[in-house]
Amino acid sequence: MLGLLAFIYWSTAVYMSRQTDATIEAEIKGLEERYRTDGLAGLSRLIARRLAQQQPGDSSVYLLTDNNFRPLVGNLSGWPESAPDDEGWLDFTLGRGDADNAPHRARAKAFLVREQFHLLVGRDMFELEETQRMIIHTLVWGIVITLVLALLGGIALSRGVMRKIESINRTSKDIMSGDLSRRIPTTGSNDDFDRLASNLNNMLDQIELLMEEVRRVSDNIAHDLKTPLARLRNRLESLRNDATHDSGQLELVDAALHEADGLLSTFNALLRIARIESKAQREAFGDQDLVALLNDVVELYEPLAEERGQDLRLECVGTLQVRGDRDLLFQCIANILDNAIKYTPPDGVISVTLNEGAGCVRVCDQGPGIPEHARDKVFRRFYRLDTSRSTVGSGLGLSLVKAVARLHTMEIELRDNNPGLCVVLKMPGSGSTESA
Amino acid sequence: MRILIIEDDQETASYIIKGLRESGHVVDHAAVGKTGLLMAGTESYDALIVDRMLPEMNGLSIVKALRGAGNHTPVLFLSALGEVDDRVSGLRAGGDDYLVKPFAFSELLARLEALDRRKTSESTVTVLRVGDLEMDLLRRTVTRGGKPINLQPREFRLLEYLLRHSGQVVTRTMLLEKVWDYHFDPQTNIIDVHISRLRSKIDKEFDTPLLHTVRGAGYIVRESG
Repeated sequence: MLGLLAFIYWSTAVYMSRQTDATIEAEIKGLEERYRTDGLAGLSRLIARRLAQQQPGDSSVYLLTDNNFRPLVGNLSGWPESAPDDEGWLDFTLGRGDADNAPHRARAKAFLVREQFHLLVGRDMFELEETQRMIIHTLVWGIVITLVLALLGGIALSRGVMRKIESINRTSKDIMSGDLSRRIPTTGSNDDFDRLASNLNNMLDQIELLMEEVRRVSDNIAHDLKTPLARLRNRLESLRNDATHDSGQLELVDAALHEADGLLSTFNALLRIARIESKAQREAFGDQDLVALLNDVVELYEPLAEERGQDLRLECVGTLQVRGDRDLLFQCIANILDNAIKYTPPDGVISVTLNEGAGCVRVCDQGPGIPEHARDKVFRRFYRLDTSRSTVGSGLGLSLVKAVARLHTMEIELRDNNPGLCVVLKMPGSGSTESA
Repeated sequence: MRILIIEDDQETASYIIKGLRESGHVVDHAAVGKTGLLMAGTESYDALIVDRMLPEMNGLSIVKALRGAGNHTPVLFLSALGEVDDRVSGLRAGGDDYLVKPFAFSELLARLEALDRRKTSESTVTVLRVGDLEMDLLRRTVTRGGKPINLQPREFRLLEYLLRHSGQVVTRTMLLEKVWDYHFDPQTNIIDVHISRLRSKIDKEFDTPLLHTVRGAGYIVRESG
């Protein structure tokens, strides 16, 4: 762009100077002709007339001198001191006593008339240079304004783009955190971004549909298997109540009953998670006092910890109220505490703390903890950290915890207790700043 | 006990009827809501087992109609829905207990018998007694063979519930619901730990145990094993 502007300037400026030079030369030719026809007197008259006709804005310069450069006719007080170049052109300054009094640059052509007289015809270059300056000014301002406008336009454009990208990012994050119902907002302008957004939304619809399908199928399986399983368990129970069996057979029936109970509780947990995730239970919400709830959970689990020689501590700093389902909140904290007790070695300390300021409940144990890379996975259904599955449990406990937390818009975080694990439940509306 | 079952699912109904008759109860059955309401209103029963989802008239309306007419026969709801708010609405409509299908028969039986006991021995008694174990509800003291037994508040409530239902099987879920007042599924048999703690206080130093485990069902307090 600069090149283009330079070219514009150069071509107009050069064109204008050429034009000036051409005018001067034409004038000289005219004067020369007059001299040839009318002699010196005619030339002088013509010059005088021209000078007389000259308007204040005109800028012609004439000077006719004798051989010794003594002025005869003209509007110059003396022959300029600068020497003419090969073609007779010379540049000089003249103080014409204008209002601004600044010396003007002038350009003129000098030549010898009949070896006797020197004639100088020129132009005051002030106007021309003014014009050139104006062109430069215009061009420079043009550049500046163009640049500023381009910059502002660019910022506005990229802001818009950034905003759209940001909204896509935000939505994707929400979706990744589990809220599959979220969609990217569209503006209806049908531009590229809008089409991208609606394509992504269509894709999300399909994913949601598939997930829904998978969930429904697994829930249906759980539900459909639960009934025959319950019947099986009942038959086992009646079998057990028939007194005709010897003790060895009774033991087998008991073991079978135990297995059936385990299966039933797994199905129950699955169905329960599904129900919680479908958010159908919000109607049972009420204001719950977490301090009372924690006291109840800890009281329920305290004998278990004592049996294992563990120290179970409860500390409440302030109080916390939360809108929620009392039974589900109890289940959630009980599951966390159950894990803490299960994994903490004898003589270990398990601490349950409530902090009003931080708006959170923490359950910290001294077990083996959960390695960083597995911390997201432990909330998945049937995920077991212990791949040998030698410890008891269905692998659904933390999935249930997560489902309950999500239903109550609580954030759940796993931290290092060095050694052990800290499960932090942040209540909705509490800030994320919390001293570890 | 004389029990009326209002249940449209034939298989569930016959299974319950068979089990209850084997346990020595007299059982009537209605498969349709209106018939059930008519029977419950005209005959005298010790307890009603009512399915929530019934043709013609649902279980909630039946119980509301009965309660409106001044009939206070204990009602146990059966439901395939099992949502917490369903339980709440069922109890609000006048139901006394709630069981989600599918259920273990022992659970149903234990709950039914607990309902029957509720009717006869509500809070009028001040002393509960099984064998040489005595609980004074006013002074909040427990003695066995004249020796005082020191119980924590929750242990006291646990023992009180067991004593109020002495001679009946009480399930773990019932204990969680009635003593701890929470509906939830413990991952561990946490109730067993509380029971063994209680047992060590009331049974350990005595010759005859009173608190027995019923395998596959729950616990029972009675004089002889």
